[in-house]
Amino acid sequence: MAPAPWFGLKGKAARKTARQSVDALPDGLWTKCPKCNEILFNKELDKNLRVCSKCSYHYKLGAWERIEITVDDGTFVEADAKLTAINPLGFPEYDTKIAKGRLMSKLNEAIITGTGEVGGIEIALAVADFRFMGGSMGGVVGEKFVRIVEHAIEKNLPVITFTTSGGARMQEGILSLMQMAKTTAACARLHKAGLPYIVIFTDPTTAGVHASYASVGDVIFAEPGALVGFAGARVAQQAGVVHRPDNFQTSEFQLEHGMIDRIVPRKDMKSTLIKMLQFCGCEEKSDAA
Amino acid sequence: MPPSEWNVLDFEKPIADLDTQIAEIRRLTMERGEDRSDDIIALEQDRDRLLQEIFSNLKTWDRVLLARHPKRPYTLDYVRIMFDDYTELSGDRLFADDHAMIGGIATLEGRQVMFVGQQKGRDLKDRQYRNFGSAKPEGYRKALRLMKLAEKFKRPVICLVDTPAADCSVGSEERGISEAIARNLMEMSTLETPVICVVLGEGGSGGALGIAVADRVLMLEHAVYSVIPPESCAAILWRDPTKQKEMAEALKITSTDALKLGVIDDIIPEPPGGAHRNVDLAARNVKNALIKHIDELAKLKTTKLLDERYKKFRGMGVYQESTEE
Repeated sequence: MAPAPWFGLKGKAARKTARQSVDALPDGLWTKCPKCNEILFNKELDKNLRVCSKCSYHYKLGAWERIEITVDDGTFVEADAKLTAINPLGFPEYDTKIAKGRLMSKLNEAIITGTGEVGGIEIALAVADFRFMGGSMGGVVGEKFVRIVEHAIEKNLPVITFTTSGGARMQEGILSLMQMAKTTAACARLHKAGLPYIVIFTDPTTAGVHASYASVGDVIFAEPGALVGFAGARVAQQAGVVHRPDNFQTSEFQLEHGMIDRIVPRKDMKSTLIKMLQFCGCEEKSDAA
Repeated sequence: MPPSEWNVLDFEKPIADLDTQIAEIRRLTMERGEDRSDDIIALEQDRDRLLQEIFSNLKTWDRVLLARHPKRPYTLDYVRIMFDDYTELSGDRLFADDHAMIGGIATLEGRQVMFVGQQKGRDLKDRQYRNFGSAKPEGYRKALRLMKLAEKFKRPVICLVDTPAADCSVGSEERGISEAIARNLMEMSTLETPVICVVLGEGGSGGALGIAVADRVLMLEHAVYSVIPPESCAAILWRDPTKQKEMAEALKITSTDALKLGVIDDIIPEPPGGAHRNVDLAARNVKNALIKHIDELAKLKTTKLLDERYKKFRGMGVYQESTEE
């Protein structure tokens, strides 16, 4: 392999050249921060939970990466992994999009559900993945979410959900809209059962998901800088909304307007979740039992 | 009143032409005293045949246009005809009163009911006042407050849906439009009183669903119910908003589609040519359907009512479950 073009240069000059050349680097060793343009060594970035060490930009995480940094090692048991989508309307190109989503995310669908332990506390978990068709909610996402919530009610478990989604899955038409009612109805049952429901907004959480199960948590946390809101820019523009403030539809905007409890940086997420679960009366699983 | 040349859809033109001819002959009859009732009857028969023909071959996009028809009766038009008595109640007790979402106590042939629904405006000023039927967070919170009031006194709730979408202005985002809709979905799923919803015109996405988690969901024949407006969907998926006609077909948004997909329980027929050609008849049809379903639901115990409501929405959506490794 030829030496990198910045080899031998020092300081600023090296970084500048590296910045220009990083896009051309083929082997995925480096990543450019989309916010501050800093060149980040991938291994360092992974060690830092995929948060930019300079500007603390939070990269999107895949569902499995999220589970890995949240759930105690070796405790996660996936549920309903074999649910897959069908094309109820015969919508054009939907099947190819599903295939593409599978390829990009290496997942069967846009959400992983299951049970595991966080700080020794048993929980039910639902984690969305944006790479599968923008994390959109169709029949499978709705069904998997409801099943894990119903399982939690049956087993008396708290539910934690990490959301990321562009909204309802348009390709399933009106049926995807109904997933909003379906998932939120399950949340109502969870609340009636007196079980904790903790939601974490991650980048981006919008539209049909934001306006359903994501917004009815006992507490709602968000990662810094996440896009969080009801209507996407394109939809809003069509409705004639032109002027949008600078921090519009970010975690910070939602915090300012009282819509979320707290912005939690990635490195503090697990400890915050444990504190919250303990407040809700969840106890560490005793091995004797 | 002669039929106006204004607000006539393309496929309605031949009908409108005949209507004009009939009106003209009627006028002449009045002026000159000639008896031309035979001509009128013949023309009216022609017109009705034409109506039948045109309306049995409607494309999905034509139905979208019908659901958005500027002459289509709006929520208050139905309220005026259906209820013996209606007293509007206002405000969400938190921020403001939303004019796009209205509600109040009403009497439906002797039955005390709570009514909530979106209201569109007819002329420019009225449209602005009603925000084009797009409710804000305070609208959804007002609706929920009224539904809770109905629950407290065990009165059935009637939700009349007619909205292009929920309001998505900056102010609505600031006050939590998503939260307001989500809360309604959650609270309505466990509301301890019968809830009946009718989609009258446009059932626009989350904005419609925010008052449509009901024991019975009905649709007028030419109403549409969709997760996203066809033109927006075409703009997003196909990057071409002019393909709205094809997208309308693909999205399956008509009342017959919704019934087939199990999203609604029944279709309420409209007068020939659509609700705007005979508002009284349309309202009577809605009224009869409401009475039928209210009386059916009144027989159910609350626990059964709630169980069935949960099961109904729980069962919506499709997926497959493979068993092999």
